[in-house]
Amino acid sequence: MTPTTTATTTASSTQTVSSPTASAANLPAASAVSSDRLIVFEGVSKFYGEILGVNRVNLQIAPGITSLVGPNGSGKTTLMNLMTGLLKPTRGNIKVLGTSPDDPEAMFQKLGYCSQFDSFPRGATAREFIEFYLRVHGFAKQETREMTQAALERVSLTEAADRKVSAFSKGMRQRVRLAQSIAHNPSVLVLDEPLNGLDPMARAEIIRLFRQLADAGMYLIISSHILHEVDMMSDSVVLLHNGYVVAEGEVHGVRDEIEEHPIQILIRCDRPQILAARLFEHEQTVEARIHNDRQGLFVKTRRPDDFYLLLNKVITEQNLQIESVAPVDDDLSAVYQYLITADGGQI
Amino acid sequence: MSSTSEISEQTAAANVNQPNVSRERASSWSLWTRQTLAILSLEIRKNFLSRRALLLYLIAAAPLGLLTLFALFRMPGDNAGSFSGMGVEFAAIYGGLILRTLVFFGCAWVFMNLFRGEVVDRSLHYYFLAPVRREVLVVGKYLSGLIATVTLFSITTVGSMLMLYFSLYPAESARFFFEGAGAAHLLAYLGVTILACIGYGAVFLLVGLFFRNPIIPALLLYGWEWINFLLPPLLKKISVIHYLQSLVPVPMSEGPFAVLVEPTPAWISVPSLLLFTGVVLFLASRHIRRMEISYAGE
Repeated sequence: MTPTTTATTTASSTQTVSSPTASAANLPAASAVSSDRLIVFEGVSKFYGEILGVNRVNLQIAPGITSLVGPNGSGKTTLMNLMTGLLKPTRGNIKVLGTSPDDPEAMFQKLGYCSQFDSFPRGATAREFIEFYLRVHGFAKQETREMTQAALERVSLTEAADRKVSAFSKGMRQRVRLAQSIAHNPSVLVLDEPLNGLDPMARAEIIRLFRQLADAGMYLIISSHILHEVDMMSDSVVLLHNGYVVAEGEVHGVRDEIEEHPIQILIRCDRPQILAARLFEHEQTVEARIHNDRQGLFVKTRRPDDFYLLLNKVITEQNLQIESVAPVDDDLSAVYQYLITADGGQI
Repeated sequence: MSSTSEISEQTAAANVNQPNVSRERASSWSLWTRQTLAILSLEIRKNFLSRRALLLYLIAAAPLGLLTLFALFRMPGDNAGSFSGMGVEFAAIYGGLILRTLVFFGCAWVFMNLFRGEVVDRSLHYYFLAPVRREVLVVGKYLSGLIATVTLFSITTVGSMLMLYFSLYPAESARFFFEGAGAAHLLAYLGVTILACIGYGAVFLLVGLFFRNPIIPALLLYGWEWINFLLPPLLKKISVIHYLQSLVPVPMSEGPFAVLVEPTPAWISVPSLLLFTGVVLFLASRHIRRMEISYAGE
């Protein structure tokens, strides 16, 4: 696996210029690899009328897991939608392994996109949903059935496969969309916040799946605003801010920054006091504060990986009813701000 | 999630960069046919079974319901006219109610929702993310709309005509349909209904692609089609209704203010409508190739 991502930008607003990663030196440089083997953005800009989506993006993405990181509104989804042809660039060119998004017939044979749009055909079961879109690909019936089954197994949804998607939890619907995007065995997988709504255990398992796919030579482009997950799974990171690529590189730099800055997590549960008491017994917890409505707990930690393991253990021990576990955006924004301004934007 | 760990690197590696063999083998036309049929199967289900279909059923059933009520509550002596006037009577019902209003709005509802409805439901991206030519998508969706509207409005047309005739003059009607020109008239009306679905369908599919709120353009079109009888001959020809009216077996009376023109012969009307439909679908295909998906604000 040769994860390399190179990015340059002339974003005058941020006064930032990043260069190809140092780590790429002992690997084939992206620029030396045929563009048919890369995902290439050349001077890509997208404006929504007067509003900037992304501006002057130059990227070359090689196999492996590349995370697009940035606060809400930074341009992550726009970049993904441009790459998959759902949006057309105002300027510039995009090629995915030598294919243009204007040629969907060729491109979507090798690309799958798990978007954030949480909608499904009414009344469809998970299996019907995946099978149907495989039929639209042009696969024969028997093939469709086999591929659907394989995709459902990959995301552990076989037991619920014949239930209506409308009755699924958010996490299950997320997995259905993931199964649909990988069902045709693409070589490029674009995933927009794919871990949203998943419980900690499912997150770990899905990350493991991504890792396996990347190790097998796939290109995974994942957007996330959850830095510790980026840290866990990515080979390289593209940091976006206000529509510009402000930095890119290997992920260890991000990890160092996270360890300096505790992240805050909101856990919605039935007995936050008990959870707080148990979590405070461990050094992973820096701070814990009960939510005003007394149905949740804010926890600060510098070691999110260890913290999530601890959280799983406490939940099981105390038999707590967990509604959701999610990082709190304000604090993450602070980390991004730090990353964007520190060291001239270099990760 | 034991299955996740079962995925071997070899399996995943084998998948990478290897398009499916059967798909590769299929020729373009056979692939497009398969894709069209796949799109048809889902879209037909939506057109007939979704909640949106309820309005279509109501529209299609309206004249049958009205004629049933008319037959049930007819006062003795109501059929004071003669059987020979039935042709004109049905022409008025067909031209004024069924063709100009019900088929028009039924088609508007179905065809405008083919794309606009998916944008509202935020599900169009699934089609756009499949390796399917956008033209194939247009054709598949258009055909599904056509199947739904032609099926329902054919039933409406045939049912209305038979109900009107047989409820008033059963014996004469039987002779008219089995021995006289009735069957030919019925087939002609049926043909006009089908052509109306074809023509209006294409127009409304295009309208649904271009306008975020297609109701206003639909109403403007409705007005244009209704004032057709007042328009000068040249402008009359820029409408669907002119060609359809030229094909009905009994012309509808358009009142004293109508600008009269010779009906366009069938050998011009039918190809003109089909050509017009082809052009509109071509424009729709061109537009959809450049179409972006942004559900924001829908």
